[in-house]
Amino acid sequence: MFEHYLSIAVKSIFVENMALAFFLGMCSFLAVSKKVETAIGLGAAVIFVLAICVPLNQLILSSLLREGALAWIHPSLSVVDLSFLSFLVQIGTIAAVVQIVEMAVDRFAPKLYSALGVFLPLIAVNCAILGASLFMEQREYNLGEAAVYGVGSGIGWALAIIALAALREKMRYSNVPHGLRGLGIAFILTGLMAIGFLAFSGIQL
Amino acid sequence: MDKQTKGVLFDPLFNNNPIALQVLGICSALAVTTKLETALVMSIALTVVLSCSNVTISLIRNYIPNSIRIIVQLTVIASLVIITDQVLKAFVYDVSKQLSVFVGLIITNCIVMGRAEAYAMANKPGISFLDGIGNGLGYSMVLLGIGFFRELFGSGKVFGVEIMSTTNDGGWYFTNGLMLMPPSAFFLIGIMIWILRTAKPAQIEKE
Repeated sequence: MFEHYLSIAVKSIFVENMALAFFLGMCSFLAVSKKVETAIGLGAAVIFVLAICVPLNQLILSSLLREGALAWIHPSLSVVDLSFLSFLVQIGTIAAVVQIVEMAVDRFAPKLYSALGVFLPLIAVNCAILGASLFMEQREYNLGEAAVYGVGSGIGWALAIIALAALREKMRYSNVPHGLRGLGIAFILTGLMAIGFLAFSGIQL
Repeated sequence: MDKQTKGVLFDPLFNNNPIALQVLGICSALAVTTKLETALVMSIALTVVLSCSNVTISLIRNYIPNSIRIIVQLTVIASLVIITDQVLKAFVYDVSKQLSVFVGLIITNCIVMGRAEAYAMANKPGISFLDGIGNGLGYSMVLLGIGFFRELFGSGKVFGVEIMSTTNDGGWYFTNGLMLMPPSAFFLIGIMIWILRTAKPAQIEKE
């Protein structure tokens, strides 16, 4: 049992890295990776939100939306299939969770809030969050697997953005061709990192 | 076609390309381009969602309370994506299987949200529609370009039709496996940005 969860965690952190293998959350990945400090802030926020959103979406999906999921209310509802609503419900959950997390952090951990402040609202439209939820739905994870998968893919994403930020800080001293400066070289660096992460593919636990 | 309309429609292609210059919506641009077919379906889906959401949001822009506008926009976009997803599942099931979660991810595609927020909230429906088409075309152009190179060099085919016969089938072309892997998409976009910025030096970033 433990090995199964470990396998999901390793897979989501290294083998199927959200940013480097599925290209999710790229917009903020490239925009916020200029400094290591801010990258760590955003990475932490993403882990936090993913750890809450993915299991929550799993719970909503399995107890409200899947075919026959409503049977616990009344047996006659067991023919209802609301799974076509899953996009709308998942994005709604994510937006709501981000909002609540933002208010809670502001109230109970003002220091953390001032560090994460700018990034929290951005996360609602970060495709890594919705992407992880949709993968969770597609692979039909149960609640425990969903929780592990959420945390794991968050850590993977954070790892990638912090690594890229560190590389870009060093890049400032390099003589890059003019047209390639900024965005262009960031793409090529990410490509090289993705090749590095390809080494993990095929790992089975 | 007067000058303004033309500008709205064609500016996003080269001068203000949403992917190359504004770095919006690249999440999906990279993942679905191993084959031209999926890239084409994805481009059409995004263009349809983008232009419809622009029109819808532009129509109701005067009734949306400012404080909840993001939620309203997300709801409109998510509903349109659900419709698109159902249509794709009904008519091109194989492609929709290959696109897997990336159709759903159109919801969080920054191009759609970005145009809704930046353009449709402030302009009339007609011109917003054209803006949606224009930005959709800019996105499609990059997607199809990258898809073309990845499929041609990765499997010697274009739209599934063999162009260069591969060594696997006894031909002469040794397929470039890297082209089918994630990293090649990053390299191709990097190179594309380089070419575009060399041609239009005004787009070079100041350090």
